Amino acid sequence: MTTETTITFTIDGQTIEGRAGQSIMDAADQAGIYIPRLCDVEGLHPQGSCRVCTVKANGRSTASCTQPIEEGLEVENETRELRNYRRDLVRMLFHEGNHLCPICEASGNCELQAMAYRLGITQASKFPYLQPVRPLDASHPDIALDTNRCIRCGRCIRASKDIDGKHVFGYVGRGIEKQVGVNGSKLSKTNVSIEDYAISPDVCPVGCIIRKGEGFKTPIGARKYDQSIIGTDKKQPGN
Amino acid sequence: MTTDNQHDLITDICTRYGNDKGRMLDILTAVQERLRCIDETSMHTIADTIGCSRIEVEGVVTFYSFFSVERKGDITIRLCDDIVDRFAGMKEISMIFEEELGIKLGQTSDDGRFSIDHAACIGMCDQAPAALINDVVITSLTPESARDIAQKLKTGTPPQELLNSVGDGNNAHELIRAMVNNNIRRFGEVLFDDANTGKGLKQALHQSPQDIIEQVIESGLRGCGGAGFPTGRKWSMAANTPATERYVICNADEGEPGTFKDRVLLTERAELVIEGMTIAARAIASTQGIIYLRGEYAYLKPYLEACLQSQRDSNFLGKNIGNVDGFDFDIRIQLGAGAYICGEESSLISSCEGLRGEPKNRPPYPVEKGYLDCPTLVNNVETFACIARIIERGAQWFNSIGTDDSSGTKLISISGDCDRPGVYELPYGTTVHELLKLAGAEQAAAVQVGGPSGQMIDPTAYGRKICFEDLPTGGAIIVFGSHRNILEIVEYYLDFFISESCGYCTPCRVGNVFLKERIGKIRKGFAELMDLDYLRELSNTVIQTSRCGLGQTSPKPVISSMDNFPLVYSALLKEHPDGMRASFDIQKTLEESRHLAKRRSHIFDTSYDN
Amino acid sequence: MSDSPKKRLATTSLAGCFGCHMSLLDIDERILALIEQVEFDRSPINDIKKITRRCDVGLIEGGCCNEENVHTLQEFRRKCDVLVAVGQCAIMGGLPVMRNAIMHSDDPLKECLYEAYIDSPYIQNDNHQIPNDPALPLILDRVYSCSEVVKIDYQIPGCPPSGDMLWQTLTSLIEGRPENLPLELIKYD
Repeated sequence: MTTETTITFTIDGQTIEGRAGQSIMDAADQAGIYIPRLCDVEGLHPQGSCRVCTVKANGRSTASCTQPIEEGLEVENETRELRNYRRDLVRMLFHEGNHLCPICEASGNCELQAMAYRLGITQASKFPYLQPVRPLDASHPDIALDTNRCIRCGRCIRASKDIDGKHVFGYVGRGIEKQVGVNGSKLSKTNVSIEDYAISPDVCPVGCIIRKGEGFKTPIGARKYDQSIIGTDKKQPGN
Repeated sequence: MTTDNQHDLITDICTRYGNDKGRMLDILTAVQERLRCIDETSMHTIADTIGCSRIEVEGVVTFYSFFSVERKGDITIRLCDDIVDRFAGMKEISMIFEEELGIKLGQTSDDGRFSIDHAACIGMCDQAPAALINDVVITSLTPESARDIAQKLKTGTPPQELLNSVGDGNNAHELIRAMVNNNIRRFGEVLFDDANTGKGLKQALHQSPQDIIEQVIESGLRGCGGAGFPTGRKWSMAANTPATERYVICNADEGEPGTFKDRVLLTERAELVIEGMTIAARAIASTQGIIYLRGEYAYLKPYLEACLQSQRDSNFLGKNIGNVDGFDFDIRIQLGAGAYICGEESSLISSCEGLRGEPKNRPPYPVEKGYLDCPTLVNNVETFACIARIIERGAQWFNSIGTDDSSGTKLISISGDCDRPGVYELPYGTTVHELLKLAGAEQAAAVQVGGPSGQMIDPTAYGRKICFEDLPTGGAIIVFGSHRNILEIVEYYLDFFISESCGYCTPCRVGNVFLKERIGKIRKGFAELMDLDYLRELSNTVIQTSRCGLGQTSPKPVISSMDNFPLVYSALLKEHPDGMRASFDIQKTLEESRHLAKRRSHIFDTSYDN
Repeated sequence: MSDSPKKRLATTSLAGCFGCHMSLLDIDERILALIEQVEFDRSPINDIKKITRRCDVGLIEGGCCNEENVHTLQEFRRKCDVLVAVGQCAIMGGLPVMRNAIMHSDDPLKECLYEAYIDSPYIQNDNHQIPNDPALPLILDRVYSCSEVVKIDYQIPGCPPSGDMLWQTLTSLIEGRPENLPLELIKYD
């Protein structure tokens, strides 16, 4: 790394070095500092839609997955104010869809749920439950979609388009009606395959994309986020 | 229409737009107009013809409210659902249309002739209630005229022939012929001064781009769409970003409820706007411009096309403009399709690119990387009109009008409970009180300054000034009399933001729904004191974490009404020390069950005597 | 608060599966320490059917599906100083709340009952009747979480909450300590 492309900034007072053009989140990841996130995942273009990664950069709130670092930038990450925003956002996602953890096969591997655990959400929110009526698409022999659990993160859309080169998924509608649609009248009418990266367990953060016949291979209680708090398993690749 | 015919029609339309995915909006507009819907088959055909996936087409179709997957009537009636129209009696008008045409709002008649829908503000608040019948604007509706129109439509009268009269000024022009009125109540020195146009551009031809930009900076002009970013700074950023092509876009997507001044400018001063864009092109070295005209103003398109042509004919557009070698610039009109969010500059760019009108991630800003990834200058209609005057008369002249931080004049659209609704050109610094006096609304109980994303102020604040230092506005002033219900207005504005949110980011998509839920609860008398804290906290989260200006301002009606009209809220709050929820009505929850079981409740029906 | 040196605790299960009560037994021998500190009033554990006097803490398992659930919940609210929603059903309706999202028609309750007792291909119901004994409480139009019906002071998430989770929360409540849960204990399943 040459000196002219190195950018020095701080996160919660800790001095960090990053490369010019890097996002706050990428630079933080590299330094082993975890910033909570849902719509962003390694290997896909950042989208900046869930807003859970909101930080304060020189006092202004911004999504850390899309905000580039700047020399001398002062970033706040773990503050009470930001935790409150993040709790509100995670709760909004819970209340917007139908997230019945006890019957969801993603429970324990679910990033939404894990984020709620990390943020210590135990007490009641004052948000109403919207209890939408959303479709289930089990037409495909290997894959099912339970859109009641979709959080509109768009990870499947980006994975299918950018990694698989397929466009199986896409956003339709707008506002509270915005949802992920499939490129056909139903999933079985698309060219989706269980081999697609978009269908891999890494992509859907919740239990919307279901790989049939695999859900309970690992029992409840022995799953990823039953073992550790999300964000604490972060590797520290160093610079 | 047979499948083959439909296929040919669609491929023809696609060919007309060069099978260019970037012209998706134009293609969809044409298909919707001809087929009255864009169904599964059409989406497939379009996708195959322009080379994209069907889901991408569906994404665009389902984003804009003027497109529909379900077939709409040959005649689609869009009733303006703005709060001003509601207060002016839209409900009754709506019932008359429903009754006469035998369909409910949101429905299409079985014979496929008629649909009735709501439209968000169509920019006619000064002549409310108003409606769009296909592209034809009908203003100042009364129960009688509504019934008359509905009956004429039933007997087969085409929408264009429904007009008994045409409006003032250019509204009577043969290419417009609309019953819309300009209602210009005050002609100011900048925009409505009738000095010859063309002078600004002629001067600019002999100035260097840097000189032009410096004059704009010196004039102190700030964006007239509402945000007020210094125009000169924006221009110099666009000019200084290295690129082989740059674009100039005029934002004529005037969607803020209560704003209609751009419509009047485009009707009366279109040349001035085009001139301003051409000057901008010279300043930032652009060869292509776009006027993004909101779909609701489609009736102005033929006229604007003619204005562009006449500019071309006079050598003010096209190749070697004003005989300056190498100064090439031309403008196309991009018609929108019913999406308020496209007034946000990066969404507008997405829309011009044929995409869902969602904001782009910033940085990079449009001036660095905008339309087709090139540096792009997006300015409001009024901003461009001011530019032409600034270059014509000099930055000093412009700067001498207005206040220290807000130079020039502002076009104000006044509507609501006032005697003289319309457009007023006034210098920045005019007080709300002065405005109300001009408009004949001195008894106003509340004034919404800057539309729903602005502030609702009470009479103690009428001494405040319209300017960026005090009360900024994109131009909407909506007056409410004492007989209006403040919370009904707040709830309406939230409804507006809910239906216009693009849904991209969580806080705006979901948070506004929750804000509305609680305002509704307050209106019903089910809320407690702590709900006020809840509203403030939730508003703050939405403002702080939303991705674009829509979500960052949508809670403002809640906050400003709580700040300025606290008694309206406290009068409706009740404490329930027994811990019971007022919103839970056991009788209502049992109604269906009693009916099904054919018996009453042992517990809650006290008269039960089995 | 009552005069008794011991805190009074009432518990009930509304539209729940009694799993949360089972989990309360999972605190194992710590139940001995618990009864040092509290006296149980109405609870399935001691089979007392009515709240005998004002209680310090009420634990509610399950949400509200029928009128009797509402009646019981309202009684708990009136007679308990602190009301705690225990488990996902009490907090957000839990499994029973699924019926709220499957009712599509204008006659949702009818649709739901017909699906449950008449139309479903998996039902063996020889008399083709929807149960309607006069002793059955009337079913509500939809499932309500406890906080939609009464004010809830605390909640303990989980399906069911683990014995450790219940123990930690209960003891801090009884001793008036602020809840300071290790994040590892928080589970929604």
